[in-house]
Amino acid sequence: MSKYVFFILALSSISALALITIFIISRGAPIIGEVGFFDFVFGMTWAPGRGEYGIFPMIVGSVTVTLGAAALGVPIGICCSIFMTEFAPAALRNFFRPAIQLLAGIPSVVYGFWGLIFIVPLIREYLGGPGLSILAGAVILAIMILPTVISITEVSILALPPEYKAGAMALGLNHWQAIKTVLLPAAKSGIVAAVILGIGRAIGETMAVIMVLGNAVALPQSILDPVRTLTTNIGIEMGYASGTQSQALFATGIVLFAVIMLLNAAAQFITRKK
Amino acid sequence: MGLNAKNKKARSKERAAKILIWSAAVSVMAVLFFIVVYILVKGLPVVSIGFLTEIPSNMGRSGGISSTIVGTVLITLVAVAIAAPFGIGTAFYLAEYTRESIVTRIIRFCAESLAGIPSIVYGLFGFIFFVIYLGFGYSVLSGGLTLAFMILPTIIRTSEEAIKTVPNIYREVSMSLGASKWQTIYKVVFPSALRGIANGIVLSIGRSIAETAAVIYTAGSVLRMPSSMFSSSRTMAVHFFILASEGISMENAFGTAALLVILIFFINVVVNMLVNRFIAKGR
Repeated sequence: MSKYVFFILALSSISALALITIFIISRGAPIIGEVGFFDFVFGMTWAPGRGEYGIFPMIVGSVTVTLGAAALGVPIGICCSIFMTEFAPAALRNFFRPAIQLLAGIPSVVYGFWGLIFIVPLIREYLGGPGLSILAGAVILAIMILPTVISITEVSILALPPEYKAGAMALGLNHWQAIKTVLLPAAKSGIVAAVILGIGRAIGETMAVIMVLGNAVALPQSILDPVRTLTTNIGIEMGYASGTQSQALFATGIVLFAVIMLLNAAAQFITRKK
Repeated sequence: MGLNAKNKKARSKERAAKILIWSAAVSVMAVLFFIVVYILVKGLPVVSIGFLTEIPSNMGRSGGISSTIVGTVLITLVAVAIAAPFGIGTAFYLAEYTRESIVTRIIRFCAESLAGIPSIVYGLFGFIFFVIYLGFGYSVLSGGLTLAFMILPTIIRTSEEAIKTVPNIYREVSMSLGASKWQTIYKVVFPSALRGIANGIVLSIGRSIAETAAVIYTAGSVLRMPSSMFSSSRTMAVHFFILASEGISMENAFGTAALLVILIFFINVVVNMLVNRFIAKGR
């Protein structure tokens, strides 16, 4: 008897995902049909006032900001996990882990605000441009994806049998050689999953990057240009959009949702293969 | 190249790698420390009894933030009250009632996918489903229900891990004494896993408090004190975002941010205490 009660409760995650998918798609799909999928995704102009809905500049924005964040955040994150699993003295490790949790818990808007008052002026002063830029967004997101990258990489290194490292060092490798040639390759699938989930986190972040990206709808010429991403497009215009414009924002959401689901599936596939 | 030279080269490479890794770790800590201290130094002087107890006036330029604190608490309560039974129930189903099968794989896939969905997508969904389709309007209820969807995967994962750490012998003894499956779960497994489950719930509370994108278009941004589940309300994080991004009052923005950071800090401390006790008890 109790089994069926628990089974019904367990259907909640399936129904939640189904509801989200159905409602986002049913609201956004009509406008994609109207504009045409190709013109929607590759259209260069986003002008809701004239009924033009092309999100290509936002796709470029999302991709550049995310790649920038990954380029900065992933190497630092992997270094931090190696630090925690291999080099840190126990006392430092016990301090480091809760600190990373705190880093994950701080509201994203606080990072955006810090970027706005600290990173943006730095960029404007030393590198030029308006400061509100791809680079500013990438720096903020790099910090925000660190907890994801660090914790998943750490878990996958810790999950390795201790014999791997012992064997490598018994064969005469030094500590770093053992890490580079044995531990990291052995933990590869976990690290790849960490990177994919970090990228997913970066693509999905909204409120923090609204504050630092400048939000111009145009193809950026350099990393110092302002840009608008898929998420910030939704975040900025949801407040006042109605009618077809609101539908177009849901359509933007469909594209975002599809990308994220692909990344999720890839990460799950990679970690399950083992 | 002789063996000695090779060894020397390997050793200097190791030293270089060590320096790189240490400096990465130190700089991450430095950035975290800098952000936290910066916010606290600028924000704490703003926080006073009045700031905590007065209703915001003049768009938040003056007055306190009391209504946003109440809004945050109410929305978080709704989210946890809805998500906890479903999340914990799912965890018990996965850990106690089934073997790995196609059904559990689908449930896990959905939970993992929910965990990866960006909060703005939850916001879109909450807006179209709770605010418009179910007619709850911009309200504490819509915001809380949207957050319930968002924190569900966290509760499922942490509860399942907690249940799995309960030693099997507990279940065997309980069953051998004639207890039913339900009695075993209710009287033996649940109490033993409670600390781990509580840890997941506290984490979810932290996520709810920190969230902006999912609540701004579901709970709305009205500054009045909420009077029922159907009042629109503004959370602290949303209030902070609006104050800062619209340049309404940097002073009050810093004050709100400082409170948020302190709250999240204490939530993390509580989680760590729970986890440490949990581990100590497990051994």
